[in-house]
Amino acid sequence: MAAQETKHWLVRPRTIRLLWIGFSVVLAALVLADTFVHGHPSFGLEGTFGFYAWYGLATCVAMVIVAKLLGMWLKRPDTHYDDDID
Amino acid sequence: MTTTSISLITPGVWLVLGALLLPAVPRRFRAVMLIGLPVMTLWLVWTLPNGASPVLQVLDYELVPVNSDALGRLFGIIFALMAVGGGIFALRQKSTLELVAATIYAGGAVCVALAGDLITLFVFWEIMAIASTTVLISSKEQRAVRAGMRYFMVHIFGGSLLLAGIVVHLVNTGSLAIEGLDAGTLGGGLILAGVLLNAAAPPLSAWLADAYPEASYSGMVTLSAFTTKAAVYVLIRAFPGTEILIFVGLFMIFYGIIYALLENDMRRILAYSIVNQVGFMVTGAGIGTEMALNGAAAHAFTHIIYKALLLMSAGSVLYQTGKRKCTDLGGLFQSMPITMICGVIGALSISSFPWTSGFVSKSMISQAAADEHLMMTWFLLMAASAGVFLHAGIKFPWFVFFQKDSGLRPPDPPWHMRAAMILFASLCITLGVWPEPLYALLPNPVEYVPYTVPHVVNMLQLLLFSGLAFFLMLPLMKRSLTITLDVDWFYRKLGPWAADRAVEFVTAAYRRVEAEGRLRLEGILALLSRYAGPHSVAARTPESSFMVLFVVALLCLLLFLPILVW
Repeated sequence: MAAQETKHWLVRPRTIRLLWIGFSVVLAALVLADTFVHGHPSFGLEGTFGFYAWYGLATCVAMVIVAKLLGMWLKRPDTHYDDDID
Repeated sequence: MTTTSISLITPGVWLVLGALLLPAVPRRFRAVMLIGLPVMTLWLVWTLPNGASPVLQVLDYELVPVNSDALGRLFGIIFALMAVGGGIFALRQKSTLELVAATIYAGGAVCVALAGDLITLFVFWEIMAIASTTVLISSKEQRAVRAGMRYFMVHIFGGSLLLAGIVVHLVNTGSLAIEGLDAGTLGGGLILAGVLLNAAAPPLSAWLADAYPEASYSGMVTLSAFTTKAAVYVLIRAFPGTEILIFVGLFMIFYGIIYALLENDMRRILAYSIVNQVGFMVTGAGIGTEMALNGAAAHAFTHIIYKALLLMSAGSVLYQTGKRKCTDLGGLFQSMPITMICGVIGALSISSFPWTSGFVSKSMISQAAADEHLMMTWFLLMAASAGVFLHAGIKFPWFVFFQKDSGLRPPDPPWHMRAAMILFASLCITLGVWPEPLYALLPNPVEYVPYTVPHVVNMLQLLLFSGLAFFLMLPLMKRSLTITLDVDWFYRKLGPWAADRAVEFVTAAYRRVEAEGRLRLEGILALLSRYAGPHSVAARTPESSFMVLFVVALLCLLLFLPILVW
């Protein structure tokens, strides 16, 4: 417990839980804002409910997975090129 | 074109010449030069009227050292402004060579932005290549010197393409004008290839992440600004609306994101993200409408500021801890609050968060794509905007300043480094909430309104859900002591390997030929020695009586020969 208290307030589990709650509330509010705010969608898909939210989430998950897969093939230890230094 | 009040001496030259005096200036007056010279240049560019300088006749060519218009001034201003910030940040840099080279480099960039013909442009382009290599290798660390040599070779190649293109273009058209080049002609195509190489476009994008992160803590701040953005400037001026640039740009965008996601070195993350951001500008140049070109130019302007800010933040961490790897860092927010806050402002700006500078510039490019009904481009740009937040906007600050506690408690860096960061962070916010002064500098009239309720809500959704993806996927993004192979593998591993094999092959072939030749030679020598060697008939010493007999016989023959013939 003592170790917990000496931690910076920002990294205590309680703060992190609060941050997650706050973050979730903001996310929910932003999606709900779509019911009141109507832009001028340029493309059909853009007009779907919460487009920017689900599109951002989905494409980011996809990018992380693609990076992970590419990494399996192309990752090397960071000493890979060290033998060209005498 | 008027030739009224514009001098032949292009403003950037003052930076180049001033830099050469720097080593002679006592160290305590150096700050005056390092900040004063760029401030003076900034003022000279800012107050430059539209128009061209008098023509300079060199051999058969008519050179125009200065041709000032909104686009050139915009880039000249941001290059000079960057030199001011970079100078403040680097005040404590011990390497005089780096400071001299960095100042010449900035001066060269200002000259490129204002150059009125292709030859002037090329000359300053190459000055930039030499100066930037010098910035890199001035740290004298072996890794940096090696990387500097690779960097130099790639850029010499790019410079050759550019020069070849200029020569072909000049021979075919007789024109040295930078405007309206056609990528479909041989000359135009070569020029485009040379310029794209400097923009870190594929296939040789790897030079950037290979070289820049090996520079000193202040060197990389300087390097991040000029070469790629000078290339963007030429693309906007010479190749607007060249369709292939859209594809090249989109490739760069996703290449930058994917490689940055895999990277562990904080400055290599930021290097890949330069390629990513330049990709947005290249795409904008490719779309080529007034809005898109405005967007590309504005994005270059804001990008130089927030990228320098991010690298100042990373440079401060490197300066204070000597560490670059995310696996060694973390928890620094506790002892480096100013560096962290400035880094976060840079990270939000690069992510185009509302009320930061990236928001008012990048959205013009995606809006241009929508206006032109480029659906795929638009959807990819949106995905990329989310991806920027992922790979740079959160990843950089998270792994450097937060995540696990590394136990490191370095203080914020010296005052001038903090001052440079605060200056650029303020610019990011100011341009974000008050974009009109930037819009007024753009090459085309701006009707774009960035702050509408739907736009802000949409972007916040996109970015915050991208943030959600980051934290949900955090286990997949655990840092490891790895790098990711890139095209530089071909010339760092495959090339040397192939050269080694070639040398081995040639050596073996030579040995074979030599051995066979030796055998044949020995045969010939044996033959010779049999008939003409020391023990052959020819080499024997005959007895003198035999010789007398032989001579008498010969004389008799001579005596009777005429009779016989008769």
